[in-house]
Amino acid sequence: MMQPFSYFRPTSLAEAVNSAARVQNARFIGGGTTLFDLMKLDIEVPTTLIDVTAIPGLTGIEAETHQLIIGALARMSDVAAHPIVRDQYPALSESLWKAASQQLRNMATVGGNLLQRTRCPYFRGGEPYRCNKRAPGSGCSAKDGIDRGLALFGGSDACIANYPGDWAIALLAFDAEVEVVGLGGVRRIRVEDLHREPGTTPHIETVLRPGDFISRILVPTTKSARASTYHKIRDRESYAFALTSAAVGVEMDGKRFGDIRIALGGVGAKPIRARAAEALLKGQPYSREIALQAGEAAFSGVRTSPHNAFRVPLGIQTVADAIDIAVKRA
Amino acid sequence: MSGQDFGPSAAAADLERRDVLAGGLVGGIGILATLPAGEAEAAAVAVRGETSSRLSVTINQAPHDVDIDNRVSLLDLLRERLGLFGTKKGCDHGQCGACTVHIDGRRVASCLTPAVQTSGRSITTIEGIAQGDKLHPMQAAFIEHDALQCGYCTPGQIMAAIACVGEGHATSPDHIREYMSGNICRCGAYANIVAAILSAAPKMERE
Repeated sequence: MMQPFSYFRPTSLAEAVNSAARVQNARFIGGGTTLFDLMKLDIEVPTTLIDVTAIPGLTGIEAETHQLIIGALARMSDVAAHPIVRDQYPALSESLWKAASQQLRNMATVGGNLLQRTRCPYFRGGEPYRCNKRAPGSGCSAKDGIDRGLALFGGSDACIANYPGDWAIALLAFDAEVEVVGLGGVRRIRVEDLHREPGTTPHIETVLRPGDFISRILVPTTKSARASTYHKIRDRESYAFALTSAAVGVEMDGKRFGDIRIALGGVGAKPIRARAAEALLKGQPYSREIALQAGEAAFSGVRTSPHNAFRVPLGIQTVADAIDIAVKRA
Repeated sequence: MSGQDFGPSAAAADLERRDVLAGGLVGGIGILATLPAGEAEAAAVAVRGETSSRLSVTINQAPHDVDIDNRVSLLDLLRERLGLFGTKKGCDHGQCGACTVHIDGRRVASCLTPAVQTSGRSITTIEGIAQGDKLHPMQAAFIEHDALQCGYCTPGQIMAAIACVGEGHATSPDHIREYMSGNICRCGAYANIVAAILSAAPKMERE
């Protein structure tokens, strides 16, 4: 049974941040597709919702010479369809339109999307399942349970939930940053540093502090973003979370790899940049064999269980296929 | 939306303005005290903890003013308070599409929309798309192509399909399948749903 909460719709960023920092257990709400869902499950129990959708000036997309700036309140569907994003950053566009459904993409903001919470069934399932993310100290039912879709990388004894998003994976590949407004002022955080591995405190998922608000997303302009793809493998062809995914962008120097970016989705406790795979390709001529070797490098040393081991060969293939697609676009 | 309402540094500018008001933002405790009266009052509402709200919303072109508990979803407002039973509750978690309605012309999942967020918006439901006795072309196409069996998902399918055409996503069967994937049909009428949308799309564009 959802708990009563107060609701407030500020019209300035300062007012939103101040209120969020002052009110105990307040939450920002944009599209609500994660938050309201988890409130129905009694997993999120805020006392106050601060509706950020009336804050002006944060829904636009602007291409500058050196970076793309995306307002955090832009909706996923609008960013996915924006001509500059579609043509110059195809991996970003694909990561958005291959996520959720058009109904949810019309609702969800690209800032809120970064903070979506895991789909681990033991987290969402509530009692009687134990979950250190939902109820710190209660244990982890997933470790002895059905971990088919859970994290292959970055899990801990306390938590093996995976980060479910797609958008953060594509942003990570291209060294994006978020602009964060908090009580202390405005700062930038690399998407790579935004999410935390679970360690012993899986309920703390990001480096954000109470009151912190993601206001804009900043993507550096790179040639590798133009020849890029977000390749996503699911149990069904559409409207499902990733079993494995790869965001890949390449800049080719003739037939050889120049700048190359590879990030992995669906498989990590947080978004993963596959730097070993990038290093393996750099300066080498393209071939299917080396693309598969890069996939193997991306998944080397991974620990698996009987339920999820199939995602390693699947992931290797996903990386290799994504490299093929990106190379064809170069 | 390309940059129209987006200053190059909107967030920073907003903060800088407050900065001046607050006499320095670093460690800016107590900024609330310096907010303009209206904003401080609004912020106080949150602190005071009202758990219900007065909502003014337009539904199928008719204005409604209702007092609601903040917990009420748009779907429950439509069905339980306003007697608009056409919009269906399937999963109640945004996974099935049965609750699809349009807000300001865009399709959304009404089950995941807190009704309180829709104040001032215009909502269209399945009850609002026919013109008198004349069915919407998408409704007529669903009948003509037998695009349903039990019919429970159909209002959501039709609302999603109308939006799908309006978005320009109904140009091929593959495209339709991708952009209708948020609407699940337990009876498996998918082939006929795709056929209905393909046939309704040009009729919608003529009207």
